[in-house]
Amino acid sequence: MNMINSDHTEPVILLRNIHKSFGSLDVLKGVDLDVYKGENVVVLGRSGSGKSVLIKIIAGMLAPDEGSVTVLGNDLKALETRGLQALRTRIGFSFQSSALYDGMNVRANLEFPLVRNKRHLNRAAIDAAVAQVLDDVGLSQTVDQMPAELSGGQKKRIGIARTLILQPEIMLYDEPTAGLDPVSSVEINDLISEVQERYNTSSVIITHDLTCAKATGDRVVMLAEGRFLRQGRFEEVFDTDDPRVKNFYNYNFIEKA
Amino acid sequence: MKAFFLQIYDIYSFTLRFFREVFVPPYEYKEVLNQFFEVGIRSLSIISLTGFITGLVFTKQSRSSLAEFGATSWLPSLMAIAIIRALAPLVTALIIAGKVGSNIGAELGSMKVTEQIEAMDVSSTNPFKFLVVSRILATTCIVPVLATYMGLVGMLGAFLNVYGNEQTSLTSFFQAAFVRINFIDIYVLVVKSAIYGFTIGLTGCFNGYNADQGTVGVGRAANTSVVVSMFLIFIEEMIIVTLVNNYLK
Repeated sequence: MNMINSDHTEPVILLRNIHKSFGSLDVLKGVDLDVYKGENVVVLGRSGSGKSVLIKIIAGMLAPDEGSVTVLGNDLKALETRGLQALRTRIGFSFQSSALYDGMNVRANLEFPLVRNKRHLNRAAIDAAVAQVLDDVGLSQTVDQMPAELSGGQKKRIGIARTLILQPEIMLYDEPTAGLDPVSSVEINDLISEVQERYNTSSVIITHDLTCAKATGDRVVMLAEGRFLRQGRFEEVFDTDDPRVKNFYNYNFIEKA
Repeated sequence: MKAFFLQIYDIYSFTLRFFREVFVPPYEYKEVLNQFFEVGIRSLSIISLTGFITGLVFTKQSRSSLAEFGATSWLPSLMAIAIIRALAPLVTALIIAGKVGSNIGAELGSMKVTEQIEAMDVSSTNPFKFLVVSRILATTCIVPVLATYMGLVGMLGAFLNVYGNEQTSLTSFFQAAFVRINFIDIYVLVVKSAIYGFTIGLTGCFNGYNADQGTVGVGRAANTSVVVSMFLIFIEEMIIVTLVNNYLK
């Protein structure tokens, strides 16, 4: 069962029959996915199951070996470099490692995508945009700090703020709670939901954290062995006797406790 | 053997991409100026110190040999030939390879393994243009300036030794020094320093931009950048000296 359906009507991401291999290792073996406007879709799976490869294919950072990717009405295969760059201004990507630029302070990190993609903006407008996104992630006081001075949770938030400054229509989160303490994880989960409401974004959230999946996902899909095994609301996905799904749930919610 | 040729092909593609991107807008003026500062101003103190000591010590060491033939008056012109034709460009390039080349390799390598380069890419900024083109341009333009500056400082070091022994005036020293130096020597100094600068920038950027395997890869990128660029600089020096002596003299 690889086809994911939704009640929504306006798709922003369409993946069809996506295959991706690295050498002899088949990572994705025919994945289909529809993500609709305003929807948060969580892709669950174990480490190495191909979740990050999937999200990088959506962002155009990797090309699939087979299949088609349509994002905001654009077929990625048909896009030239400039077209892809223009499309990427409408997509926010939150990296697992936050990927803040070490040599720049928080302000410069936030300004970086803005000054390059909206060259007409004056200093006052740039300052206002920086202040707004910092306020949205609750870290206004960090504006002059360097990334090395921030905690893991703060780095994640600034990484998200950096993507929000371009007001994206789609947010892609790669393991947003990885490496965070439980309190910071809950804060990031809340932030993801707030971003969806405030910026009206559609999101794909890649995670192996079931708490994150339950808190942020309107829809959850389970990726294993290169294919989607289950899809639906969180409770529906785990209402099964499939041992691959059951084991995943038991480890996260029972053995970890 | 296959890996070796693939590596050669990757370097060729990387170099070709540099020449494609360098002329195509948008131009990253601010980052290029920032790199001029990083490569140039931040290297001034070490270049000054090394140049001065090189000139001083080389003169001191040459003095005894020339004195045996009663030819210490040749010291200014000998130093000018040694420093302008060989020492200034070569020593400058080796210092910049160690200081800046390793820095570029480590910085880009670190950015690669922590996904910062990918982050630039997804925020619609061309990371190659921003990181690679700016750094290669900076090393290519600044190394000739630093080499010329080191030549001057090296000559001052030589002058100090000559003045200490013969009380020769600065004007007389430089008049004697530049009798044997002509426009071609200065031209060759600038051109070959630019080639060394390009080599340092390209090697550092290539190794850093293609770093992998986490922190081990970062260390390897920094190390390889220095070793390979120094090796290439010596090979280039040999080729350039042969060409200049055969065709320009």
